[in-house]
Amino acid sequence: MNDVLVKAEGVTKFFGGEGRLFSKEKTPQVRAVDGVSFEMFAGETLAVVGESGCGKSTLGRLLLRLLEPTGGRIEIDGTDLTQISKEALRNSRRKMQMVFQDPYGSLSPRRTIAEIIAEPLEVFEPSMSSRARRERVADLLEQVGLSPDIMDRRPRQFSGGQRQRIGIARAIALNPALIVADEPVSALDVSVQAQIVNLLQDLQQDKGFSYFFVAHDLAVVRHIADRVMVMYLGRVVEIGPKSKIYAAPQHPYTQALLSAAPEPDPEGNTKRIILQGDVPSPTKVPSGCSFRTRCPLAQPICSSERPELRQVAEGQLAACHFAETNPIRQ
Amino acid sequence: MSRALLKVENLSVDFGPVSNPIRVLNDVSFSVGRGQAVGLVGESGSGKSITSLSILRLVPEPPGHIAAGRVEFDGCDLLKLPRNKMPEIRGRDIAMIFQEPMSSLNPVMAIGDQIGEAIKLHRALDSSRRRERVIELLKLVGMPDPVSRLGSYPHQFSGGMRQRVMIAMALACDPKLLIADEPTTALDVTIQAQVLELMKKIRSEVNSSILLISHDLGVIADICDRVVVMYAGRVVEDGDVKSIFRTPKHPYTQGLLQAVPRLADDRERLYQIAGSVPAAGSIKQGCPFFARCSLRQNRCQEQMPPMFQFGSEHSAACWVTAEEEVS
Repeated sequence: MNDVLVKAEGVTKFFGGEGRLFSKEKTPQVRAVDGVSFEMFAGETLAVVGESGCGKSTLGRLLLRLLEPTGGRIEIDGTDLTQISKEALRNSRRKMQMVFQDPYGSLSPRRTIAEIIAEPLEVFEPSMSSRARRERVADLLEQVGLSPDIMDRRPRQFSGGQRQRIGIARAIALNPALIVADEPVSALDVSVQAQIVNLLQDLQQDKGFSYFFVAHDLAVVRHIADRVMVMYLGRVVEIGPKSKIYAAPQHPYTQALLSAAPEPDPEGNTKRIILQGDVPSPTKVPSGCSFRTRCPLAQPICSSERPELRQVAEGQLAACHFAETNPIRQ
Repeated sequence: MSRALLKVENLSVDFGPVSNPIRVLNDVSFSVGRGQAVGLVGESGSGKSITSLSILRLVPEPPGHIAAGRVEFDGCDLLKLPRNKMPEIRGRDIAMIFQEPMSSLNPVMAIGDQIGEAIKLHRALDSSRRRERVIELLKLVGMPDPVSRLGSYPHQFSGGMRQRVMIAMALACDPKLLIADEPTTALDVTIQAQVLELMKKIRSEVNSSILLISHDLGVIADICDRVVVMYAGRVVEDGDVKSIFRTPKHPYTQGLLQAVPRLADDRERLYQIAGSVPAAGSIKQGCPFFARCSLRQNRCQEQMPPMFQFGSEHSAACWVTAEEEVS
């Protein structure tokens, strides 16, 4: 599992900061992703967690170059996506696909299921006969647990869970190496959510692709991830193997996130860390450590010096001045 | 438990044309005791929100239509009350908190005035006393520096703070019952933790009963004393929180609890309930969970099981587990 599939170095994405039509002032600049570096290995699932505005979805879109990064490098399978021509980018797109959060908004209502799933095949394998294509669609539908008979129906006839299966069939049509899944189960009911999580795991075992799994629900992530990356205000605050992040989180934000999620157990919600205040606006990121305004451990050094990500255990990195002496471990 | 504050009995609600209605709520009964926090849990289409809207008679009519049942609140049947009496009850005796605070607040009215308006409608206080009460409420819900925030508008607050404003408004007249419909669903997890903490504080400081509607079993476990589980427009299980979470009796509740991913477990695979939630009104006969149930028998398809008792505070609508219990 040691082949590096994705290598991101100092990736940034700023929005705004431009002149306005009728004003001399510039629009406020949002530092959505601010210097993120990480590696992803072939066949692994890297889950990215954080609250709204932390930049996790933007980062997913940057990986596929659906958004142009402001700075930094993104290598996928050895090619630097930020440097290559449009033509080359188009070709490398067949290696990467996306599964979206909203199963109602991400499938065209006017097309049949067969047309939706076959679209990537049409683009990248134009020589394929239409009969072969239909056979391939039938095969894909079976792989995601749907009957091939539904091929000529339209999305509105399906429930949220079934639509998400259709979206997954489309994403795996070209056997991609990387699938960016942006909150793929958060819009689903609990009983259906488990089906989709299991399906994603089965497909991965079968095909060996990697998931960049964007989520806010740490309990779901626990079931699907190999490694977890925690983001706060556009920066990575902690990254490491799942076992370490859940058993011994080192960053106070990770600890708070883990303890804040209510457990479905009437006696299991005792030792909760309640953070004070709100996430600051991404247009006004605090100096130094961006988490210091809500951190129970904050010291003067936190406002003057930005903590870098550093190793705190094998394979585990955290960006906190006090990671080693942190008293609120779980 | 003294006499119940709210008693919903055999409530049925139809939607659509009178000639061919769709039954979205079917024979729903449960009660909320004084000072109690009851959770209504269910997935989309289970009828939990329609239940809460029916209690306040806020179901849009048409297309909605309350077909049968009683909603007894404090000894009086709300469904029999003349329509023009309802506004006196809403806000004063029963207050509601909605999921999306931004769309429930007036964007062009300062929050101090909005909360003040809720008081003005039901209580004769002069403006300075009213202002004091607003400040007191904002303090109660943990608004930092409440005096200076009176003139702020909803867009100047974050999601969590807006939800605090909503809660302050709901508590303005010391309601006997507070209905909270997915109050934390739109919030981030650390903000959700703050709001849940606030709701617990309110439970201990204000003597309101709470009806909490949520799809999140974690939120329900955190706040409630009793849990009512709904599926496809029916109540399938009803019990005290410990019994429901420790020894669920209905196969749907059992499946749901096993399907939830948890932070502290190392299962390789999640338990999955086959199939998907049926469309509203699509099940005309028998147990609504039949098609997805692992314990199903022939009679389940033909006859809707009544609520069987499993102990004094716990009942569930399942033929199979009821029989097992007896034998």
